[in-house]
Amino acid sequence: MGELIAFVVLGAIAVAAGIAVVVVRNPVHSALFLVVNFFCLAVLFLVLSAEFVAALQVLVYAGAIMVLFLFVIMLLNVAGVFESQRDPLRSQRGLAVCLGLGLLAEVLAIAVSGAARLPSGGGTLPQDFGSPTLVGLLLYSQYVFPFEAVSVLLLIAMVGVVVLTKRSV
Amino acid sequence: MPFDVTELVIAIVKALVVFVALLSIVPVLIWMERKVIADIQIRIGPNRAGPFGLLQPLADAIKLIFKENIITQGADKVVYFFAPAVSMVPAIITFAVVPFGDTAHILGRKVLLQVADVNIGILYILALSSLGVYGIVLAGWSSNNKYSLLGGVRSSAQMISYELPLGLALVGPVLLSGSLSLREMINAQGRAGVWFIVPQFLAFAVYLISGFAETNRAPFDLPEAEQELTAGYHTEYSSFRFALFYMAEYVNMVTVGAVATTIFLGGWRGPFGNIVILQPVWFLVKLFAILYFFIWVRGTLPRLRYDKLMKLGWKVLLPLALLNLMVTATVKALAPQSAIPIMSVLSLVLVAIGVIALTIISARSTRTPASGLREPSAEGAFYTWES
Amino acid sequence: MAGNYGYVAVFAIVGVAFAVISLVMSWFLRPHNPSGEKLATYECGEVPVGPAWRQFRVGYYIYLLAFVIFDVEVLFVIPWALALRNLKGQGLGLFAVVDGAIFIAVLAAGLLYAWKKGALKWE
Repeated sequence: MGELIAFVVLGAIAVAAGIAVVVVRNPVHSALFLVVNFFCLAVLFLVLSAEFVAALQVLVYAGAIMVLFLFVIMLLNVAGVFESQRDPLRSQRGLAVCLGLGLLAEVLAIAVSGAARLPSGGGTLPQDFGSPTLVGLLLYSQYVFPFEAVSVLLLIAMVGVVVLTKRSV
Repeated sequence: MPFDVTELVIAIVKALVVFVALLSIVPVLIWMERKVIADIQIRIGPNRAGPFGLLQPLADAIKLIFKENIITQGADKVVYFFAPAVSMVPAIITFAVVPFGDTAHILGRKVLLQVADVNIGILYILALSSLGVYGIVLAGWSSNNKYSLLGGVRSSAQMISYELPLGLALVGPVLLSGSLSLREMINAQGRAGVWFIVPQFLAFAVYLISGFAETNRAPFDLPEAEQELTAGYHTEYSSFRFALFYMAEYVNMVTVGAVATTIFLGGWRGPFGNIVILQPVWFLVKLFAILYFFIWVRGTLPRLRYDKLMKLGWKVLLPLALLNLMVTATVKALAPQSAIPIMSVLSLVLVAIGVIALTIISARSTRTPASGLREPSAEGAFYTWES
Repeated sequence: MAGNYGYVAVFAIVGVAFAVISLVMSWFLRPHNPSGEKLATYECGEVPVGPAWRQFRVGYYIYLLAFVIFDVEVLFVIPWALALRNLKGQGLGLFAVVDGAIFIAVLAAGLLYAWKKGALKWE
């Protein structure tokens, strides 16, 4: 029961915030609505007992990447630019609507077909499901190579940051 | 889960008690800070409102409530309105996972002396403290004031830089206790018979220094460096909105202190620790010891220059936190029995390395001033006025 | 587990309610008589030139990018720290440490690279 209430309320806020991201004209406000959206998603992950993913969602997406977004918007001072002008990408709107509808249809199809395959009467979660310990055990036994590859990926990102930002200096 | 009214009542009562306690620590802390700073500077400090000036914070609060609220022209009104709340709320909510005692038996029920024992306690703390940056950045941006914006941007870059060593420093104790839950961490310190400050002294030092920076306290109070930026991100704020920022800073300080107390100083453990009433007392004693240290540092150290601040965060604290983590992990994985005795010895070596690293880095930076004559206004090139 | 987060939710509601109620309360208590001078942006008495929203230096941005990368590292390190005990129990202690050491070393190399290239230097 509590789960359902949480899902409906948070889902509604998340969807509303998602729509606001697109509709609102001021880029800073847009970014803030995206933060609200991420935060709702994080709580939804918690409801699904995925504690580690929830923490990740807040820590990395809301706490790091969105701050980066805000900084870009503030750094480039695009807030003023976009509010005064007409949408430069007006011609792409039709395409965007089509792609959006396609994506929605895909998600719905997956949800419906997925729901049909769920065991009736519900299953029980394995113990410690979604806990960081279990994630760690998986990462360091079954998924060692992808995990180490991530470190190389992050290294490449770091090199990219240095190269891009230090080129002119 | 069946709906349980008693459970709900307990939840509400606990939430209110912790909340009220947290908010009543704040004025005490403000009073203490002013008195201690006054002592350090051989002044008297507040002494008019009430005995020993104890009612001064209350007088300040009442004054602020009755002050006019000013929203400057050109400010982004909505963001400006919400920024103080965004700064305050995460600061408060973080406190939910901090235990201030073991379990008490109230009305035949076992009640945890903690708002909630969350499995991912430390991740919870890190996640919420990473949201704290929004309040400041948004306040700085929405005021449409150059000082505010500079303060907000400086502050967010600083908080973000120090979040890394702060997070990594906490992983050492996680390794030793094998859990993220703060309650479990206190139990692990009980089992080991030693506070984690002993085997993890370097982590403790890194955490505390990063904590100063995270709370924008001296010597890392550049965001509100009054000589350069008037009041930084809250320059344009007045009335109760300003009070919220002010409170958020102190609540953050209490939270950082409480987390340090719990993870490194054994939390509510102390002599006669099995008497439940005494546990919150021990907790508060340790908490205020750390808070006193915060104030002492503020009264002692001058403010860091911005380039040195970044250097300290990225080139000293971050590598030291990584080193501490690697050493602890190696010992933990390879030690035949408990890792704690070995780490207690190694911790001395690590601290020595830390002190040497700090000395080398600071000696190098005094030899070659980073920005030469531009130094007093490192911010000079900040704005491109020709835009 | 849901119960624990229920407590957190109640606490969060109390916190939010405090912020909202206090802001609304002070709305009723405080005077309200704005005037042109009062609403001007404060710049120590100077008349402000232009809005504050301008481009500013990229220096801050570099730190933010580096932060995102290392934030991910912190997140990956925490499950490792937790799993270490279990893996040690399975006799995989050395393996686990080497795993994590490689991960941290690769990222430390990234830090060192940025350091040597002067990206971490404030100028």
